[in-house]
Amino acid sequence: MRNGRVWKFGDNINTDLMLPGPYLYRSSEQQARAVFMNNRPGWVDQVQTGDAIVGGFNYGMGSSRPAARSIRNCGVGFLLAETINGLFFRNAVNYGLLACECPGVSGAFEEGDTAELDIEAWTARNPRTRQTLKVSQVPQQLLEMMLGGGVYPVLERDGLIAPRVGEP
Amino acid sequence: MGMTITEKILARAGGVSKVSPGDVAVVDVETSCLLDLSFLPEGWRKVLKVADPSKVVIIFDHLVPAPTVQAAECMKTGRAFAKEFGIERLHDVGANQGISHAVIADKAYALPGTVLVNADSHTCSAGAFNCAARGVGGPDMLYAVTTGKAWFRVGETIRYDLTGALRPGVSAKDIFLTIAGKWGAHVNQNIEYGGSGIHGMSLNARRTLTTMGTELSAEFVIFEPDDTLIEYVQARNPKPFFPTMPDQDAVYKERRAVDLGTIEPLVALPDTVVNNSVGISEVAGRKIDQAFIGACCNGTLDDLAVAARVVQGRKVAAGTRFIVTPSTEAIHRAAIQAGYVQTLMDAGAIVTTATCGACVGGHMGVLGPDEVCITASTRNFKGRMGDPSARIYMASPATVAASALAGQIAGAGEFFQGDVS
Ligand code: SF4
Repeated sequence: MRNGRVWKFGDNINTDLMLPGPYLYRSSEQQARAVFMNNRPGWVDQVQTGDAIVGGFNYGMGSSRPAARSIRNCGVGFLLAETINGLFFRNAVNYGLLACECPGVSGAFEEGDTAELDIEAWTARNPRTRQTLKVSQVPQQLLEMMLGGGVYPVLERDGLIAPRVGEP
Repeated sequence: MGMTITEKILARAGGVSKVSPGDVAVVDVETSCLLDLSFLPEGWRKVLKVADPSKVVIIFDHLVPAPTVQAAECMKTGRAFAKEFGIERLHDVGANQGISHAVIADKAYALPGTVLVNADSHTCSAGAFNCAARGVGGPDMLYAVTTGKAWFRVGETIRYDLTGALRPGVSAKDIFLTIAGKWGAHVNQNIEYGGSGIHGMSLNARRTLTTMGTELSAEFVIFEPDDTLIEYVQARNPKPFFPTMPDQDAVYKERRAVDLGTIEPLVALPDTVVNNSVGISEVAGRKIDQAFIGACCNGTLDDLAVAARVVQGRKVAAGTRFIVTPSTEAIHRAAIQAGYVQTLMDAGAIVTTATCGACVGGHMGVLGPDEVCITASTRNFKGRMGDPSARIYMASPATVAASALAGQIAGAGEFFQGDVS
C-alpha cells in the first residue's frame, strides 16, 4: 500500500507543461525544477517525496520528451489519472514512475486528500470519503519495469548498454 | 473475429496469429530511427551492442545546423555511434538533411506491413505508408536499437471511411481540423483511414493526416495501402514489404464516415487542436506577427507549391514575418527548381534550411511574449513555439499564406476560385 498527499490537475496536462521546451537541453535536476512552471509556478517547492498526482483525461499528451522522468525526479510517488497518454505511459514504464489509470479518480479526490494505492488489489481509496475506486491493472511485465527503476537497469543487466553512475 | 490493419501488422511482427485490444504485443522492429536529440547526454547511454545496424536510421533534424554547442555535441556523439556500429543510413547536416518523418517518406524507409519506431512523437506519420509506426521515448529507442524489439499496448481502433474529393483550396490539414474539431482525442486508440476517398489523395496529403494523428493522442494511425503507395515504395526501397488490408470482419470501436467534398477550411484556436476548430470567418481579421509553414506535416513540395501560388505576384503584409521551412533539403532543392522558392522570396517570405526549427520553438522563428502566430505546423500548445504568452493558431498552408499577405487571419478561397476539384 502506498499513501500520497494529492495534488490535483485537470484534463490534457501536456508534456510541455511538465518539461518546458527551453529546459529540454538542461540537466535532469534543472528539468525537475521546471515542472509546471507555466501553469503552476512554485509547485516544485511544495511537492514532497511520496506525494501523488491525480490527473484527468489524457494525462501527458504531447511529445516523447522525458516528462515522466521529471515527475519522478520531483519526488512524486505515484500518479493516477482518468486516462494516460500512450507515449507518456511508455516513458513512465521506462523511467520507473508508477502511473495508473483509474476511472473516476478526478471526482473522488480533492487537493490535499490522501490517496491510498494498492497495486495488489488494484484499488485506490480516499480515507476521507471512504470511497474505493478500481485501478486499471498494469500488465505484469510492464509493472515490473515501472517498479524496478525502468528500462535502463534491464539493458545494463543484459550487457546492452554500459552502466552509468547515478540515475538515468 | 478478424483483425484491423494495426492488429495484423503487430501480430505478424510479433510472430503470433492474433493480437487483440488489451494485449501487450512484443514485436520485431523493422526500422528504428534515432534523432540528434536522442544523443542528449541526459538520455543517451554508451551502447555495447546493436541488434542489426541495417535496421537503424539516424536523422539529425531538431536542431540543424547546430545552433548551440550542445546540439553540436549531440551530433558528434551520433556520428561516432554510427561509425562504431556501421550504421549507413545517417542523415547528417547537408544534402540529405531533413525532418525525420519527411526523410523516412522521401526515402521510403517506412515499409508497408512492418513496425517502425522513432524518438519523436509524430512518428505515426509513417502510417501513410501502411506501416505501424509509433513515437516512443529515448529509453524505448535504446531498447529497440539494442534488442531489435519493442512492446505496445494494443488499443481499440477507430476506422474512418473517406469518400469523395476535397474542393479546391481545401487540404488534408482541413480534413484533420475537421476530425479533431468533431471527434477530439483518440487516447489509447488506433486510427485507420480507408475508403474510396483515399485514392485521390497524394502520399503527402495522407502523411499530413497521419502525422497530425499525434495531436489526437492516437497510438497508431494507418492508411490502407493502394497502388500509388506500392509503386512509390518499390521504386525507392529494395527491402521486402507486406501491404496489409484489414480483415473483412475486423472489429472496430467505431466506424466514422467523412465526405471530403463537405470539408471547409478551418482554423484551430490556440493551445490545443482537440475540439478547438472554428471556421475562418470566426477568427478572420485577428492580427498576426508571424506566419509559419513547415514541420514534418506541412513542409512538403505540395505545401510549398500552394504557398507559392497564393503569394505569387503579391507581398507579405508590412510588419508580418512569413517563414517557410521545407521538410527536407531534397524538397528544398525541388522547390528551388520549380520556382516556388523564388516566388516566396519575391513576396517577402524567408525560406529556411530544412529542420524542425520554429515548430518546436528551437530556432529560426521563435515567438516572443504576446506575439500571435498562425502556423501550418503540428502543434499549438502554450509555449510550444517560444514564449508561453504567445498565441498559436493552426491552419492549412493556404490559409497561412493568405494570412501572411493580409497581416491578419484570412481565408485563401479567392486564390482558388475557378479551380475544379
Ligand atoms: S517538425 Fe515539429 S512535430 Fe515534426 S518532428 Fe520536428 S519538432 Fe516534431
